[in-house]
Amino acid sequence: MNITPYIFWFLSVMALFSALMMVTSRNPVYSVLWLISTFFAISGHYILLNAQFLAAVNIIVYAGAIMVLFLFVIMLMNLNRETEPQKNRWLKLIGALAGGCLLLVMVAALKDAELRSQQAMVGTGSIGLIKVLGKELFTRYVVPFEISSLLFLSAMVGAAVIGKKETPETLKS
Amino acid sequence: MSLYMHMLAIDIWFILEKVVLIASIIGLSFFVAMYTTFAERKVAAWLQDRRGPNRAGPFGIFQPLADGGKLFFKEEIIPMTSNRFLFILGPALAMITALITSTVIPWGASYVDGTTQIALQVADVDMGILIVFGIVSVGVYGIMIGGWSSNNKFSLLAAIRGASQMVSYELPMGLSLIAVLLMTGSLKMSEIVSHQIQHGWHILYQPLGFIIFFVCALAECNRTPFDLPEAETELNFGYHQEYSSMKLGFYLFAEYINMFISSAVMATLFFGGYDIPFVDESAWGLSPLLFSLMSFSVLMAKVLFFLFVFIWIRWTIPRFRYDQLMNLGWEKLIPLSLVNMLITAALTLWLNK
Repeated sequence: MNITPYIFWFLSVMALFSALMMVTSRNPVYSVLWLISTFFAISGHYILLNAQFLAAVNIIVYAGAIMVLFLFVIMLMNLNRETEPQKNRWLKLIGALAGGCLLLVMVAALKDAELRSQQAMVGTGSIGLIKVLGKELFTRYVVPFEISSLLFLSAMVGAAVIGKKETPETLKS
Repeated sequence: MSLYMHMLAIDIWFILEKVVLIASIIGLSFFVAMYTTFAERKVAAWLQDRRGPNRAGPFGIFQPLADGGKLFFKEEIIPMTSNRFLFILGPALAMITALITSTVIPWGASYVDGTTQIALQVADVDMGILIVFGIVSVGVYGIMIGGWSSNNKFSLLAAIRGASQMVSYELPMGLSLIAVLLMTGSLKMSEIVSHQIQHGWHILYQPLGFIIFFVCALAECNRTPFDLPEAETELNFGYHQEYSSMKLGFYLFAEYINMFISSAVMATLFFGGYDIPFVDESAWGLSPLLFSLMSFSVLMAKVLFFLFVFIWIRWTIPRFRYDQLMNLGWEKLIPLSLVNMLITAALTLWLNK
């Protein structure tokens, strides 16, 4: 018996509770903060699986960069509880129905899945360490890796083009 | 109780060692931050040909205690229209994120005495420096939450300025760091230091990288010439305008702790950490305790030097304009650090062939 299961349960409860609070919070700023808490819990899970790089990158990219942008937008739009639009009753019903369908699909898919043989190794294994991961990425998966980086580059260029100020000269042409 | 401990298989001594280490590092951070505020005023006085604080104790040595006492006993005001919970969370987050980064810094050579080995580092993990970056990127929230929850337009503007400044300067900081990592081939802080002990300090190979990193560290700590979130003339007081008493103290204090930690990071990454230059101190045959203490004081000497440079810059260079700040970050530092990274990568490939 060691301490790992306790940490696992703590992190799981934290992740699920934060995710629920994120969905149910009325205030969008609270939602963002709960989502950040979810990311931290998930990073904790990654560390339990010894996937340290993934854990760090999850925090740097999601919690540290993307959520900051979310917070930016929400703070500047000044969304408050009062301004939240009241949703249609039918819309709520359909939403619940769609969510239920998704749940059904997931349960059906996981019901027959072979879980025993795919049990994760906790705290051991070096597959998540940076050296191993880097070697894998740059040898076996180099083509998908490069293609996805090209995709990122094009997205970056696109954002720069959209964000560029329109001067009188560019408007004329 | 003992049954539980047995079941959980916790190594009590290991926990105790780490708890003592963490407590002493936090204590050290607070102490250094306290006296950095004092040093700031003294150095400012020196540069401006004044005397500086000299009333509390000999040479004003108790001035930080007096300042702290004043902050503690001031009336605490929480604005009625503010978001109470987030208003308190803001300074707490700023403080926590400032302190967490100290976990991966190797504060000195390991204490090795026969079989017992005590590392002067809380966690020597594989991702090392990435933790620092993760926490630094999360550090934005302290400012943003504090500024937003104050429900004050100036606070919000300052918070957004601060956040965008920190997000922008993380990029060149990370890129300049990649050049260092290319040379060491590891993200572990202990290995970065031992690599420098063997092959010479990184400042010799990465002078440009260090300058970029230093400028970014100034911006990340919101220090002059990049202290735009606190630009009094434009934004009254900055993101902590509505704060009073010790909550304000936490924000101001977190800045000094950030300075301390980033000085330690710079000393570790570029100036050999706890290494003494030109000599092989491990061959001197010192007793283990003395050796660890000496390496720790060497690191502290470097850190104190950097702190002095931080203060020196603050009282020498005027503040940048906001567009200048953004242009410097995005149009000068990022291309420079990219070029630095490419040259380092090419040279590493060429020399290691």
